[in-house]
Amino acid sequence: MTPPTATETTPAPPETITLNMGPQHPSTHGVLRLVLELDGETVRHAAAHIGFLHTGMEKTMENMPYQQAITITDRMDYLSGMNNNLAYCLAVEKLLDMELPPRGQAIRVIMSELQRIASHLVWLGTHALDIGVMSVFFYCFREREAILNLFEMVCGGRMTPAYIRVGGVSLDFPVGFEERLAAFLSVMPTRIDEYDDLLRHNDIWLERTQNVGHFSEADCWRWGVTGPPLRATGRPHDLRKISPYCGYEQYDFEVAVGAEGDVYDRYTVRMKEMRESLKILEQALTALPDGEHLADDPRVVLPPKERVFSEMEALIHHFILVTRGFPVPAGEAYGCIESPKGELGYYVVADGSEKPFRVRVRPPSFYNLQALPEMIQDRLVADVVATIGSLDIVLGEIDR
Amino acid sequence: MSESAEQPPEPSAPPRSQIETELRILRRHCPDAILEVTEQPARDMHWIEIRKERLHRVASLLRDTGELGYQMLADLFGVDYPEREDRFSVLYQLYSPGRNQRLYLRVRVEEGEAVPTLREVFPNADWAEREVWDLFGIPFDGHPDLRRILNPDDWEGHPLRKDYPLVGRRPVLLFNSVKDVL
Amino acid sequence: MGQLAPTTPDLGQQVGQQGFLLAKLDDLVNQVRANSIWPLTFGLACCAIEMMATVSPRYDLARFGAEVFRASPRQADLMIVAGRVSQKMGPVLRQIYDQMPEPKWVIAMGACSSCGGVFNNYAIIQGVDEVVPVDVYVPGCPPRPESLIYGILQLRKKIMNQGKLNRAAR
Repeated sequence: MTPPTATETTPAPPETITLNMGPQHPSTHGVLRLVLELDGETVRHAAAHIGFLHTGMEKTMENMPYQQAITITDRMDYLSGMNNNLAYCLAVEKLLDMELPPRGQAIRVIMSELQRIASHLVWLGTHALDIGVMSVFFYCFREREAILNLFEMVCGGRMTPAYIRVGGVSLDFPVGFEERLAAFLSVMPTRIDEYDDLLRHNDIWLERTQNVGHFSEADCWRWGVTGPPLRATGRPHDLRKISPYCGYEQYDFEVAVGAEGDVYDRYTVRMKEMRESLKILEQALTALPDGEHLADDPRVVLPPKERVFSEMEALIHHFILVTRGFPVPAGEAYGCIESPKGELGYYVVADGSEKPFRVRVRPPSFYNLQALPEMIQDRLVADVVATIGSLDIVLGEIDR
Repeated sequence: MSESAEQPPEPSAPPRSQIETELRILRRHCPDAILEVTEQPARDMHWIEIRKERLHRVASLLRDTGELGYQMLADLFGVDYPEREDRFSVLYQLYSPGRNQRLYLRVRVEEGEAVPTLREVFPNADWAEREVWDLFGIPFDGHPDLRRILNPDDWEGHPLRKDYPLVGRRPVLLFNSVKDVL
Repeated sequence: MGQLAPTTPDLGQQVGQQGFLLAKLDDLVNQVRANSIWPLTFGLACCAIEMMATVSPRYDLARFGAEVFRASPRQADLMIVAGRVSQKMGPVLRQIYDQMPEPKWVIAMGACSSCGGVFNNYAIIQGVDEVVPVDVYVPGCPPRPESLIYGILQLRKKIMNQGKLNRAAR
């Protein structure tokens, strides 16, 4: 049986109405256009139209040196900038065959997990806002400010960090960062419990989210759905465990799984993921190794500032790396990570020059969203809103 | 010289390819499909270049054969090599969750040549093929709704081609009427 | 008040001569408009998240009267274009702007909506002032919530000093 596909609507039978959830809509989490054919309140057919945020990022990255292209990656999945940076840098480091120092890896893990919590907080806030719980939105954004303060301490940018660079991270932790992080970690678990308490026993929440937006594991594989929607079906598929990167194998954490694959299970999976991220952060912080935050690879890594200001060779080296960039040997590599949205991958084709030949981003939200019409088939309009929220899509990475 | 003289190393057997099973099954059921096999085991990447006519068969085999289990089409995209005669490569990344194995299928086509659609085997190829059509201009035979997905419907040109300038060809959109672009 | 009078300069002069009471009424109207701006939710990309952060308790846009973010353009008077506007989104932006009733203002938030930002390419409109008239530009990528608040305060100043019955001064 051919699965229903999101195609242009054929002329609707007279008993249905065509409703446009236009690109400007509070609940579409971005500029997404859904054209729904409704029979009363029931969705008979849905088509998703994307492209309203197409930015030509892949082409822009082809015209920038490798290190500079990291700034573009921030803006794809703008809720998890660090993760995008990481996936891209992993691909480029594979092309360069670089080994990273343990401190750099640990810092990357810390940033990744902080970003995961920040992204899930935005998800929770906006998802709850769509369903009607406005308070949770304000609480989540308040917590997120704490994380953004940490990011700002480390790299100056709140949402667009460009902190994870090829070879490690751009700067080491400033003085006082670890104390701030420890303070955050001591407060956060109770806050997550608070939000969970607000929602988990709330009848309205349960009514709106349970048995809505079902998707089985087989469906997920067919549609390429990864991330929390896949884990909500019961399959513990987490790239941090299955194909560990950045030293994730050293940390002890569980993979959050659900049971039914509905909106409520995606909620519980993400809440648990936040708690597990806190566990990873504790471990990473206590076991943070000393050493360099950047690989010792002069082809790629800028020399330390003290040397740049005192030695001529270091100055020239810095100049060339910044203005021209570094050449990457020809080849193709795929760097994939478990981003908060799912499997995020960067396929980088290098041709030996300083600029990538082709950068393909495998956006998790693109494939997750494609499955939406099947999830909302014969459901109510209100369920559409809940399902979109549960998928946690970011149009920035869908449209690139 | 010491007693335990340095023996010349035994000629070792060539390392077993990680995709040996795949190649064996494909060669048995679909012998003319494989054009070239490239492997980079250090990066855990394996590419099989196949004939485009055999794409559907190969993908079905990879998906349905129990011991292979490539249930997921992880990605589908194009690359433009303008100096080559077959300037476009369409890459398919298949993923086998049971074995945690990724495999790339590569199909090379020239300008204007169409590739058969993979929608019947993997439904999520739908949007990805529309994107490749939009950005590269590679048509897909059998796709029921091949229209642009990222650029406006009336866009001219295929932006990710190497001969398309970054800043685009048409002037910045200054319009005085709201056309039905939606 | 301002909508009832035509925009001919000599009428404005006449009114200027009419003096104190009408001028005070104008001030009042402008005060009211400035202190209860209802923004439209027009978040497109990363700047939208910073716009949401501006509403969050830490930066609290509500203290300036701009708490009620309306989803419908018919009920909003400020469109904060937060994010990059692609070629496909341009007509949508214009349509939404046209649906907003007068008086209306536009803030171009972020580098992408001010001038195309980081993305000088085929896909992004190089500044929304190609599509809609912009009152305040807030630079940044993304601008910090404080910057957006500053931009809104500048807009308030602009509204308070808005041409009285002569709308050509806007």
